[in-house]
Amino acid sequence: MTAAAATAPKPSLWRRAWDLSLLPAIAIGLALIFGAVLMILSSPLLGGFNLFLPITAYKALVEGSVGSLNSIVNTLVNATPLVLAGLAVGIGFKGGLFNIGGYGQFLLGALCATIAAIALNDASPWVAIPVAVIAGMLGGMFWGFIPGFLKAFTGAHEVVTTIMLNFVAVYLVSYVISGPLRGTGPEVTFARTDTFVAAELPIIIGRNGHLGLLFAAVAVPLAWWLLFRSTTGFEIRTAGASPDAARYAGMRPRWLIVLTMSICGMLAGLAGTVEWLGEVGYGQAFYGTTVGFDAIAVALLGRANPVGILFSALLFGAMQAGAGQMQAQAGIPPQMIAILQAVILFFLAAETVVRRVLRVRTAGTGVGTELQTVSRSYGEQATR
Amino acid sequence: MEFLYDIPVIGMVIQFVVYFIVQLPVLAPTIMAAAVPIILGALCGFMNERSGVVNIGIEGMMLTAAFVAWWTAAIAAQVLPDLSIGIMGITLPLLVGLALAILAAMAVSAIHAWLSISVRADQIISGTIINIFAVGITGYLNLLISQHSPPSAGQFQDLRLPSALLGIPVIGTLLNSLIAVGPIALSMLISVIVLQVLLFRSRWGLRTRSVGEHPKAAETVGIDVIKLRYRNVILGGIFAGLAGAYLTIEFGNAFQGEMTAGRGFIALAALIFGRWTPVGAFGAALLFYASIGLQRSIQFAPPEGALGDFLATLPPQFYSALPYIITIIVLTGVVGRSVAPAAVGRPYERESKAA
Repeated sequence: MTAAAATAPKPSLWRRAWDLSLLPAIAIGLALIFGAVLMILSSPLLGGFNLFLPITAYKALVEGSVGSLNSIVNTLVNATPLVLAGLAVGIGFKGGLFNIGGYGQFLLGALCATIAAIALNDASPWVAIPVAVIAGMLGGMFWGFIPGFLKAFTGAHEVVTTIMLNFVAVYLVSYVISGPLRGTGPEVTFARTDTFVAAELPIIIGRNGHLGLLFAAVAVPLAWWLLFRSTTGFEIRTAGASPDAARYAGMRPRWLIVLTMSICGMLAGLAGTVEWLGEVGYGQAFYGTTVGFDAIAVALLGRANPVGILFSALLFGAMQAGAGQMQAQAGIPPQMIAILQAVILFFLAAETVVRRVLRVRTAGTGVGTELQTVSRSYGEQATR
Repeated sequence: MEFLYDIPVIGMVIQFVVYFIVQLPVLAPTIMAAAVPIILGALCGFMNERSGVVNIGIEGMMLTAAFVAWWTAAIAAQVLPDLSIGIMGITLPLLVGLALAILAAMAVSAIHAWLSISVRADQIISGTIINIFAVGITGYLNLLISQHSPPSAGQFQDLRLPSALLGIPVIGTLLNSLIAVGPIALSMLISVIVLQVLLFRSRWGLRTRSVGEHPKAAETVGIDVIKLRYRNVILGGIFAGLAGAYLTIEFGNAFQGEMTAGRGFIALAALIFGRWTPVGAFGAALLFYASIGLQRSIQFAPPEGALGDFLATLPPQFYSALPYIITIIVLTGVVGRSVAPAAVGRPYERESKAA
């Protein structure tokens, strides 16, 4: 930051919002154009060349995501795990850590919540729900603690360890749920647990808007407060911007790494918890979800800022919610959503090029400096 | 020999080793067949990471290539004559599929190279983009063509060796699992040896290692860091292309959405466990699948006595998770440390530009 920028008056809230959201908006727009071109090119496979297919498809996508109360609730339900897992990646970015372990932490959270929920299936919901939710958070926290601890004290890089732990989590869940926890009820026709009775999250809005929506809504301001208003958050951000500066300032970067990864794991674990307790309703031995990778997209689009993450999770949640209607009305496979996500990310990653070509002049990005810390650290395993 | 088995703990280890050696001839071809795409994927990662570029997009590159190989071979089978050269089931349509799969993976690699070298974007994000995009685009097209999908073009066959050769103990087993395989698996074997030699014995290898360890020093002695990184990353795509094609036109003959099922990440694990060398990755991949192959043989022919009882208590998922756990342990440096090339993940900025 130059001296002039430092002494300049603080820009207004609107100005800052504009600066933060202009490039993501451009990326979204370019991705929609890319998607439209792809749809037109592939329209012969859908029964004849059709220049207006993208309009039909995007209209169905919007209707399916915000067209009625049920679809709005559906959007919120889809956005909930993305908000929580997105925060799990975003807070990591702020601390100079790249958490690719969202999937594993999600699963561990879901698994621990399931264990508690099955054990307390006959208890009162007032007991079962809090215990299951806390168990899930602790499970995810543990799965985030491991890579944090390994990075801080052995130098094993979190990108690799979290990827490996994702797979360990997959097999652990598969073992526990198809083995000891396999249900005995008549509804159990594949490897799953009994249906949750006491710990199932109650519906608070619409057809399927469960209590987990509130958790996500509370997590955003809490994460914002943690990052920007608490001493711990200041230390996390300092360690993220410059680990050396943090060390010279008397902070303990190693413990900050462990703490940050544990918080990230806890949030991703909560995502898994609300998804299984609220949406699925039982434990599953094989649960494929892309939430871990989607969360990276959410965090980047939201510039690692909790409020930004909320908005980008809502956007991706809306796209997921509307995908079904888009397929029904325009015949576009739901995988289009993944394509759009990837293309949005592509234009964000190629930000410098987009800026140059479109002559965009806004303030710097939210994740630039932290990501430099992240990418600098890949090769540093050797020096620790 | 049996009396040794009664020694506590050590006896069990001895029995385990003997059991494994006895089972190996039966298991070897299956282990090898499963390890081929992992080793090829690891070679792709090797080309990237040795020159200082992280690649977690191997999974996506493999998936793209798998789809392209299967689809273009099927289309080629409809429009092109079904010329065959008579060995290993090599036909013109399959060769077309293979070539286009390699080109597709190289094109994806070129995007990765552009983002991580020229744009200097974060390389993990670039890899993530590739993974998400590959799942999306292959799933999208696969669903669109599923109604009028052409029949599969078939698959490559294993090389046939005279049975007299295969009958020789030990050598026969080796030949059966290493040489009596399809063309892509054979190319893997050759690539591993060639790359290992090139890395430590050629000018290219020395330059690649220097660019991966200390690009600034490399630049001062006149190596074009940017150009070499570009070249290595794009050439690395060849191996991801072979790995993907192996899945749909050699090992199997059909494509399914997300069929790579994490193989690109196991490849990454094999690369790390193998200390970023081709031969190391080869050994690591075999070891990983030996653990999974062992689980099957324990199911069908369990060892006797205390060892059998002990192994029977371990769930099958334990063997599947073992490769990942071992990789984490190796990274922590508890037993034998694995160290990444020092400049991996850092975009290079020329001195003249920075000044």
